[in-house]
Amino acid sequence: MSARATGPNLLQENVGVLKSRMGTFYPGSHVIFRGHDLHTDLKDMDWVELYVFGITNRRFSKEQLRLMHAIWTYTSYPDVRLWNNRIAALAGSCRSTGTLGMAAALAVSEASIYGGGILVRAMDFFIRTRQRLESGGDLTDCIREEFDAYRSIGGYGRPLINGDERNQHMLALARELGLDQGPHLCLAFAIEEVLLAGRWRMKMNYAALVAALGADIGLAPREFYLFMFPVFLAGMPPGFIEASDRPEGTLYPVSCTDILYEGQPRRTWSCQSGN
Amino acid sequence: MSEKENPNAIRTRIWREEAEPDNPFATRAAYCRGYDVYGEMLGQARWVEMLYLLFHDEAPSAAQADMLEALAVALTNPGPRDASVHAAMCGGVCGSTAASSLMAALAVGAGQLAGGHEVFLAMQGWAECGDDLDAWRKRLGKLDAITGSIWPAPEHAPGFDPHGVSTATSVRQMLACLAGYGAGSHLLWLQQNLPDMEAAAGCPLALSGVAAAALADLGFTPEQGEMLHLLLRLPGAAAHALEQRPLGYKKFPFGTVELESEESK
Repeated sequence: MSARATGPNLLQENVGVLKSRMGTFYPGSHVIFRGHDLHTDLKDMDWVELYVFGITNRRFSKEQLRLMHAIWTYTSYPDVRLWNNRIAALAGSCRSTGTLGMAAALAVSEASIYGGGILVRAMDFFIRTRQRLESGGDLTDCIREEFDAYRSIGGYGRPLINGDERNQHMLALARELGLDQGPHLCLAFAIEEVLLAGRWRMKMNYAALVAALGADIGLAPREFYLFMFPVFLAGMPPGFIEASDRPEGTLYPVSCTDILYEGQPRRTWSCQSGN
Repeated sequence: MSEKENPNAIRTRIWREEAEPDNPFATRAAYCRGYDVYGEMLGQARWVEMLYLLFHDEAPSAAQADMLEALAVALTNPGPRDASVHAAMCGGVCGSTAASSLMAALAVGAGQLAGGHEVFLAMQGWAECGDDLDAWRKRLGKLDAITGSIWPAPEHAPGFDPHGVSTATSVRQMLACLAGYGAGSHLLWLQQNLPDMEAAAGCPLALSGVAAAALADLGFTPEQGEMLHLLLRLPGAAAHALEQRPLGYKKFPFGTVELESEESK
């Protein structure tokens, strides 16, 4: 691609040609995945390893991969009340397809109070705060400024309950794997200490913990974001299956009287112009 | 290079564009089925006329456009009790992206209970049975699963409400209104044969059934009808998802789970 081309010339240069460092397939022959033959060089990779290799172009240690598997496993909750899972289950209840239900449920997982939005914010905060501290900044100031900007600290506090049942298990595993001494995890605990001691009273949740662990194993924010995309997936099929096995339309039925209307009183519709 | 030889050409009967003289990627004029969209239709054509034109070679008659508009109004908001809107609100209450709320509404509203695929199946019925009551009785009497399909086996007659007791007033009103446009034979026939059709189906007519008959009357294929049903129900999902956003998850139904053992199923 020409470095100087702009406007229509830039578009014209790219008509019909797809330049890629990432790979391609040669029908009937072989597949190149990030410079390696998928069916010979990479054939023994497990799926998570390949997924992370596709994102980062880096190899990870056995311990790091074990941790990454666990990051997904420990937050796979087959509870259809959780808003993303509920979509997969509603798809089952309405006799849609499993793929539609789970794909939409994953898309919704990029929420601002849980999932994608919080994970990215948590890692971003850790990285910025480390830079500030290294240049002589004060942690409490960083936290206060973050509150001023966002009214919350990504990865601390939690919808439904303040505290996180996943953290002790993930920390135990990180300790067992020798991955619990990284600088981002230390910072994550230091932040929690400030938050608990101050008026905020917020505990670290799973998002902050895994963002810190992800940063400590070398994942950049975009890499971590893409790695976390399927994090809730394993909890979704059970809800879809159960709702599909039960009578159609029986998940979250709502009667007319359950609509709590708070709007304008009943009035008459006359044609648009006279309305 | 001729179009035949151009490997980058996109074939379409719907849309043509002419480029600006200074930029082959900027549109000077766009034509939908031959009509100049920005030069003539804009400000003159109704949204439903454009919508119809996208799927047909010719523009709709006045009655067809009026009927499609009425159908669109009927479908615009399935309401917060509807599962597809509920799904969109699940995105809204937690601050998920706008597109994901609509994806949720599409995924849940695609199914065979009040969704797009139900409309597809019901429209296949109109294509197969037309206005022949005996053919409908035969069709509604057996719910055939398509083996190897991604879709689950039908559990009720498509276009009818498996949990209904009698024809809901809203369904009757929609049927009466749309049949009044006289844009085709199916709606009128359905209105006249409603008790027999409901008896054959074993449950009352649903909104999706009226929508299917209306879309068939407008000359849409089952595939086109499925698409339109998905599309036309999105505005309500969008509005309800946004309304829930500031209210948040604490004011949205959560429910309780009563855990059963695996053996109890």
